[in-house]
Amino acid sequence: MPGRKVLMDFEVTADSHTLAAYRARGGYEALAKALSTMQPREVTQEIVDSGLQGRGGAAFPAGRKWQGIDPDDGQPHYLIANADEGEPGTFKDRWVLEYNPHALLESMLVSAYALGVRHCFVYIRGEYDMPWRRLDAAVEEAYAAGLFGENILDSGFSCDLFVFRGAGAYVCGEASSLLGSIEGTRAYPRNRPPRMTVRGLYQAPTVVNNVETLSTIAWIIRNGAAAFREIGTEKSPGTRLISVSGHIRKPGVYEVELGYSWARFLHEDCGGLLCNKALKAVIPGGISSQVLTGKDAKVLTAGEVEGLTLDHEKLRSAGSSLGSGGMIVIAEGTCMVRLLQIMLRFYHHESCGQCTPCREGTGWMHRVIDRIVAGEGRPEDIDTLYYVARFNDGTTICGLGDAAGYAATAMLDNFRDEFEYFIEHKRSKHGGNLECQGSS
Amino acid sequence: MKHLIPEFERLKARLPPGHDATLLVPCLRRIQEDRGYIENSDIDGLVEYLGVPRIQIEEVLSFYGMLRRAPIGRWHLQVCRNVSCSMRGAERLLGQLTDKLGIGPGETTPDGRFTLSTVECLGSCGTAPVVMVNEAYHENLSVADIDALIERLD
Repeated sequence: MPGRKVLMDFEVTADSHTLAAYRARGGYEALAKALSTMQPREVTQEIVDSGLQGRGGAAFPAGRKWQGIDPDDGQPHYLIANADEGEPGTFKDRWVLEYNPHALLESMLVSAYALGVRHCFVYIRGEYDMPWRRLDAAVEEAYAAGLFGENILDSGFSCDLFVFRGAGAYVCGEASSLLGSIEGTRAYPRNRPPRMTVRGLYQAPTVVNNVETLSTIAWIIRNGAAAFREIGTEKSPGTRLISVSGHIRKPGVYEVELGYSWARFLHEDCGGLLCNKALKAVIPGGISSQVLTGKDAKVLTAGEVEGLTLDHEKLRSAGSSLGSGGMIVIAEGTCMVRLLQIMLRFYHHESCGQCTPCREGTGWMHRVIDRIVAGEGRPEDIDTLYYVARFNDGTTICGLGDAAGYAATAMLDNFRDEFEYFIEHKRSKHGGNLECQGSS
Repeated sequence: MKHLIPEFERLKARLPPGHDATLLVPCLRRIQEDRGYIENSDIDGLVEYLGVPRIQIEEVLSFYGMLRRAPIGRWHLQVCRNVSCSMRGAERLLGQLTDKLGIGPGETTPDGRFTLSTVECLGSCGTAPVVMVNEAYHENLSVADIDALIERLD
């Protein structure tokens, strides 16, 4: 068991996602505690003290983000849970929505109270059907129990929640772009400054937090910041939901206490690699991170993984990040050229087209890698990929173009020989394998 | 779309007043769920109902991958081909579907039964490979599962 639990601290049964089951395990006590014994600013201070970092990709301190809003300034504020989970390899928020939706709802109520918010949104990706059904049912249960609406628990606090279903656009996972979607326009990322806590949804101060980040709030308020800090490491308190996929025996969502040994997690908790293969590389936190925080898409090679622990500071010093918690495990024998082809096709497909370097650059990189895989690569193609990747870096409004470049440079830096081989021999060094070959 | 207006009004109750344009994407989704695609008359209706300019609605329709201006087959098979699904057999599934249905991605069978598409990550990486059939995820699919699935859908 990878350490202590915050969000997966109960046994999943046929009805453990319901309001009754959630209440039976202490649910909505944090809301009652906040409304009856705490001032809004005290709630925010508790989150600051907890050291909770964002779980969507950037690991920005959640409390500090909240402090960007003055709950008493008399203007409307908005709170949005980002459930537009689309980062390849990431499916952890889906677990919360399907199995612990009331943790999100209670946390949103507590957060809305802290931030002086009257109207909240959950922005859920358009393709998520079962997660939406579970969430929607939970929202209706909460409304029926008087937990949303007017004068909640006789406190004088009122709050409404609108579940907004997206319509198929990866870029909406970028927090400022989903604002456009909610406003009824194309979802184009917005320049900052101004920060969203200054000017966000409908031009009003807005906090956008990831589902997992928000869902942790109720636990912290119920148990206190000090209890939260006892879990995890000094600089990375708490746990992370890690979604594991790829060439691994037991893929799925795991709650991992931060600071846990990576090798132990992969080889014991996740059962080791498929086909008894050796580990070739790990993409630690989604093929990119949805934000501008350095080399998020960096692939870690097998040698780098051994000895690492799962926490933000260790991964940062290794030149990567826990990102969105979407861990993709890659076994020996996999063709990294074709894997990069899939990634670059994805970024090209999902570029929203607003910024020229990303719109054109992702297309160039996609066409160059297609040419290499078609056996028509030229020796200078590797330099061209580097050139476009570097040109993208920092020249666009959001991080999508950067991420495409990081994916390319990380693969080229670590596996350059495979690219050179493909160009020279007009075929893959590993037979073009994406699947794990051999007996399982 | 007019028969859906009472439903839209109920949605409005949970929104801050004065921001009707927020209903644009939810309305388009609901209309598509009702008829299968968005018609010109729907756009006319939304211009009137939401007070949103026609050009804005057209921009939204051409931006979001799930919104359609034309009908498709009864069963929409969307094969995820992103990293994790490809590592667990998505290319073989797509090949099998292409062979079996005689159509490529983006095409519909002549009898209007199936439309085949490829999609990027559906957030089902731990249960890869996944094919989305209309709204439902079918996960951990083998080629044999795909054959059986196709037989069941008529």
